Order: sequence, then structure tokens, then C-alpha cells
Amino acid sequence: MSTAVILIGGCALVTAAIKAAGPILLGGRELPTHFTSVVSLLAPALLAALVVTQTLADGKELAVGDHTAGVVAGGLVAWRTGSIIGCVVVAAAVTAGLRAL
Amino acid sequence: MAETATARDRFWEGFRLGVPFAIAGFLVAVSFGVVAREAGLSALAAIVMSAVVYAGSAQFAAIAIIAAGGGVGAAVGAAALMNSRFLPMGVALAPSLPGRALWRAAQGQTVVDASWALAAREDGTFDRWVLFGSSSIQYLTWSSGTILGALGGGALGDTDKLGLDAIYPAFFVALLIAEARSRRARGAAALGALIALALVPFAPAGVPVLVASLGALLGLTNRAQAEAREAREARG
Repeated sequence: MSTAVILIGGCALVTAAIKAAGPILLGGRELPTHFTSVVSLLAPALLAALVVTQTLADGKELAVGDHTAGVVAGGLVAWRTGSIIGCVVVAAAVTAGLRAL
Repeated sequence: MAETATARDRFWEGFRLGVPFAIAGFLVAVSFGVVAREAGLSALAAIVMSAVVYAGSAQFAAIAIIAAGGGVGAAVGAAALMNSRFLPMGVALAPSLPGRALWRAAQGQTVVDASWALAAREDGTFDRWVLFGSSSIQYLTWSSGTILGALGGGALGDTDKLGLDAIYPAFFVALLIAEARSRRARGAAALGALIALALVPFAPAGVPVLVASLGALLGLTNRAQAEAREAREARG
């Protein structure tokens, strides 16, 4: 098999297995409130972690770049207007603008 | 069943809510198609990868390792770590999925970050039809964006110059702002961010984000517990 087939098949399999694990093990019943109140905070915790690892780190080093400024600008747009498309377009435009300087 | 009566409405509601994320995802997918070609994948391989893996950050992580000359095992491992956040997400979603284990697992495949966040209700349960609707539109644009990037990417030139790498994190910022309504949610976000940044120098890619889910343990405070009980009673 070619490398690409193993790469794609492997990524597809691990992704499917990870997404299946929770629903297989824990489905179809109501869980206690200490579980659900933790769960309701997972999204902000995970999203914030995704944002900072993609904007404030380069590999294993903490670093800022042109895209950091772009993402901050996009975040301001999302915060003030609630527009997701405005947010990503401004983020890309500011980043591109800084790189063109 | 009341659920079936409104399932279609909620599916389309999710579809509609997913549109802005789908448009942003389209731009990200274009850049994925370009990056995958640069890493040596054929256009077909890049397109198939988006169609069957459908997990942006994992795909980028795997391709980055291939591009750096790493092995396939390392690339798949990086994808798994990057996707490990879907474990707590799946655990959270599980009680809201009906049916037998295999059917729940199949429904769980529709989880992507934006859809999962859109489907989350304040009381910790999930609207699965919103999840399905939102993931459907995002799947369409994720696949079509990859096709455009993989086949036509050469015409774009250097995608870094276009700032496309800012789109993916900006997308998550927009989601986060929509999510962080309560003071406690903002606390969990701050804690998650701090944990992730503290781990970046030591842990392999993906692990900092997984461990950041510990920020959600703020939900164990007495006040959070009392509010969760109120929300459940209000839902009846």
C-alpha cells in the first residue's frame, strides 16, 4: 500500500474510534449534575486552548507572529459584531497586510 | 413523538447556524488542499483525506509531519492526539444520543468543534439535530474547499501571504466568544488557555489542548452545581 493510503486510512480510523468512544461507553442515560455542569464548561476550555496553541505557539516554543495580530483583530470584530465571517476575513486581511509590509 | 415532529426544523436550524462556520471552514479547507499538495500528496489523496477524516486540525497536524519528513506512524499519532479533544466532547454528548451503542457511535461521528458547540445547551445536554444539521453544511464546504485548494491551489501562490493561516484560529475565537457568556465559562476558558500554554514547551502537539479540558472542573464548585440542578429542573 502506498504511504498516502496508510496515512489517510490511519487518520480516518483513529478519528472514528475517538469520536465513537464516548457515545459507545456512556450513551442513552442521564448523568448526574456534577457531570453535566463540568461538561457545559468543556467547550470554552477546549476552544481557548485551541486558540492559544495556534496563535501564541510555534511548535514547542511560545511565539507571536503576524497571524497573532490578525487573530486579535478578528476577535475584536467577532466580539463587537458577532459576525464569524467578518472575524475570519479581518483576521486573514490584517495578517496578509502585515506580511505585505 | 414530539422529537420527530420538530427534528427536521432543528436540523435546518443547525444547518443555518452552521453557515458562517461552513464559509470560514471553506477557506481553511482551501488552504489545507494547498498545504497537502505542497507536502507531496496527490490532489486525489488530499480530497479523499478531507472527505473521510473530516477533522481540520488533525489533518493539518498529520500533513505538517509528512511535510517535515516524518513517518506515517508519527503523522497518524499526531492526528490522534490532535483529535483527543473529541474524547471529552463525545463523553459530554453521549447522554443526548439515543439508540444502541453502534448507532450512538455512528451519530457521534458527526462531531466537529463548531457543531458540537452550537448543539450544546446551557444545561449540559445537546440538541443532536442541530449537531447533524450544522455538521452537514460544514462537511459540504470542507470537502469542496479541499477540492478547490488541491486542484487550483497553484493559482493562489503563497497562501501564507494571503493570511489563510489566521483563519482557523480566528474561527475558534469566534466560537469561543459565542460560548463564553457566563463568568464561569470565561473562567474555564482562561484556565484552559493557561494549562495549554504551560504545556506547549513539554508535551507533543495536541496534548496541551486535551489536558486543557481540566479547566472545565470549575463546574464542580458549589454554585455551579446548584445552577446545574436549577437548569435541569427548569427543563423538567
